[in-house]
Amino acid sequence: MRIEAHEKKVGATLVAPALLWTLAFFLIPFAAMVWLSFSHMEGRDIVPGPDFGNYIKIFTDDSLFRGIVVSLEITLTVTVISVLLAWPLAWIIAMRVPKRWQRLALMLAVLPFWTSYVVRSYAWALVLGQKGVVMDFLTGIGLLAEPIQIMATRSATVIGFVHFFVMLLTLTIYANLVQLSPNYMRAAQDLGASAWQTIRLVVIPLTLPGVITGAFLTFVLCIGDYITPQILGGNNELTMPQLIMLQLGRRGDFPMASALSVVLMAIVTLAYAGCARWLRMDRV
Amino acid sequence: MRYLSWIYLVACFVFILLPVGVLVVFSFQDGRLPVPPFNGPTLKWYADITSDRDLMAALFNSLLVAAVSSLVALLLGFLAASGLARVVLPGSTLMRAILIAPMTVSYLIIALGLLNYFNNIGIRPSLLATGIGHVVINLPLCFAILYAAMGEHQRNALRAARDLGAKEWQVLALVSAPMLAPALGAAFFLAFTFSWDEFIIAFLLTRFDVTLPVEIWSMLRSGLSPATNAVGSLVFLVSVAVVVLLELTLFRKVGK
Repeated sequence: MRIEAHEKKVGATLVAPALLWTLAFFLIPFAAMVWLSFSHMEGRDIVPGPDFGNYIKIFTDDSLFRGIVVSLEITLTVTVISVLLAWPLAWIIAMRVPKRWQRLALMLAVLPFWTSYVVRSYAWALVLGQKGVVMDFLTGIGLLAEPIQIMATRSATVIGFVHFFVMLLTLTIYANLVQLSPNYMRAAQDLGASAWQTIRLVVIPLTLPGVITGAFLTFVLCIGDYITPQILGGNNELTMPQLIMLQLGRRGDFPMASALSVVLMAIVTLAYAGCARWLRMDRV
Repeated sequence: MRYLSWIYLVACFVFILLPVGVLVVFSFQDGRLPVPPFNGPTLKWYADITSDRDLMAALFNSLLVAAVSSLVALLLGFLAASGLARVVLPGSTLMRAILIAPMTVSYLIIALGLLNYFNNIGIRPSLLATGIGHVVINLPLCFAILYAAMGEHQRNALRAARDLGAKEWQVLALVSAPMLAPALGAAFFLAFTFSWDEFIIAFLLTRFDVTLPVEIWSMLRSGLSPATNAVGSLVFLVSVAVVVLLELTLFRKVGK
């Protein structure tokens, strides 16, 4: 009994620093932020709440509500396109590329991870600009008479995001595919399934948990990102993270920024609840 | 089908590698704009950036914040994982959930929470504040990796060490840590990478001394320039060199 009590004491002592750190620099700031979201600004002063003014404003003020819609539209578009592009790529690397080249192919497929996130968005600004290489190429071969505007539109944001998440999803889906026992595919073929039927009816369903986990990760990271839409998206429409930064910058409106953050969190939580039964975080 | 596969593979690689390729090529641009036509090559922009004091200071700040915050996160995560893997405490599940929780919240929200909190308790925006934020995002990662790496096999070895009279700190430092060396290395490497590349927390929580991503961000304000290409390419090439080096030395050994 005494040994067990001693063990518990040692165990608790070991956990304590990390718990205290998380309490002091995550839980308390987070709780304070949620509390602050129920205050509001009058001039430069914060009037403590609780009141629901900020939340009512978010859902009635056109420019704020628009941010939620824009964020959701961009995020869903990016998630769907990224999955559709990444799955075949991961499949080709796992099934078609010879074993000894797979590692190299995978490293090439995620090579841009090794430059910084800000720089990656900047590089897309470079590529997609009016004078950038893409327009230069398309007008050069005569496909376009004039350069078209992609930079500073939603398309640029989506392309920048898709680029990042295709890399991420290729990794997770590949990890899923190589874990599959080849026996499943062999069995399907023995039973007379064509190659396409095997993929559609056997391989895709088996990778679904991994795909949904990856898609969820994409959703969460995409909807919370400030950099990509800020660099690539122009000023015509703002996403939620951009609106949050705008509140902080222009008026120092912490309560409104907090309320927008809480709404963002709520959306992520809803998405989690929506796909929770397929999510297997340990498999990523 | 077979042909289509290869065409698709090549098309994807072009898409994935295009921005990095353009970034690197136009860092050698002999001209004021990093867009076609390519005139060059010149190393002028690399000379420019390596003699830029602010940039080099930011680079040093980033290395410092990444190294220190990763070490702190690794230490805290290691201790917590050791404690929770060793005994079942009342509320173990809750503790694990609390330690993992920051992973589920976007960096922007963590940054906003800390900014508001630090304002109130009087910690000014600084590298210290940023480092604290980076420990918050990396602690769950280090904890999760190390906790997953501690198995029954480990527990027995630690019990044996204790039975043979080793003190608690000796067990941790001389038995547990060496046994977990690969996991410790992986966790540190990941944490370092995340901190090194992190933008939004550093952006909101620094003022005068900034980290490299924040400095690059302020370079972007003056528009496209081959100098920015050069910084980006340098970071990219050095990172790739480090990864290839690790791959050839450390991981190869572990693999054998």
